[in-house]
Amino acid sequence: MRYITPRKRAEGRGAAHAGTEHHWSMTVSAVGLAFLVPVWLYVFGRALGQSREAVLETFSHPFPAILTALVLVVGMRHFAMGATTMIEDYARGTTRKMLIIFAISLSWVIAATGLFALARMAL
Amino acid sequence: MADVKRAAPVSRPLSPHLQVYRIQMTAVSSILTRITGHALVAGVVLGVWWLLAAATSDAYFATANAVATSWFGDLVFTGSLWAVWYHYLAGLRHIYFDAGHGLDVPTAEKLGWACVIGSVVLTVITILLVQ
Repeated sequence: MRYITPRKRAEGRGAAHAGTEHHWSMTVSAVGLAFLVPVWLYVFGRALGQSREAVLETFSHPFPAILTALVLVVGMRHFAMGATTMIEDYARGTTRKMLIIFAISLSWVIAATGLFALARMAL
Repeated sequence: MADVKRAAPVSRPLSPHLQVYRIQMTAVSSILTRITGHALVAGVVLGVWWLLAAATSDAYFATANAVATSWFGDLVFTGSLWAVWYHYLAGLRHIYFDAGHGLDVPTAEKLGWACVIGSVVLTVITILLVQ
């Protein structure tokens, strides 16, 4: 038995039972991506459609490489958390758990693959 | 309610009635945020695969680049470009809403239209810039 009032237990945690942490995390990554994405779209769009030499040349520079790495890591975390919210809205029980695990794993696989490619091109 | 006399059967549509329900801008702009955010994974997967191929070998790059620059690749990347701009503007709107602004219906509807029109404009500008 916990000697704590129900009010005290509930305070600040809301319907998600985890407080505002998830929401705040999405806000932080959203603001980060708001700065990263427009520049990255230009860098990636420029590289797309060029020869392999030109692509390797582009991503061997620190700025495009670091920018792309940040977009991948922050972007895929943002995606994983957004997907988790969507799954929580539409699925329940074991299906919900399996889908959330799949979404988070897929996000890491995509980020890791992109980082590997970048490391190979940049280093 | 049993003692209420009904003069005639109710002939007007009961609200919300799916066949006559006018879809609202605020609802459309909200669901589009979710759809664009999740659909973006397709563009990211294609882009990361293309990067991996570029990092690996000439032969692998030739294959991935052929797909990425085909009509299919153009479709995925152009769609993703619009999706990312829509999600971008809708995200900014979300932050604006979170700060407690723009929550009255006329402003919220205008902001919804701003996201739709703005995303198309930004997509065209980006395509022109990176060509």
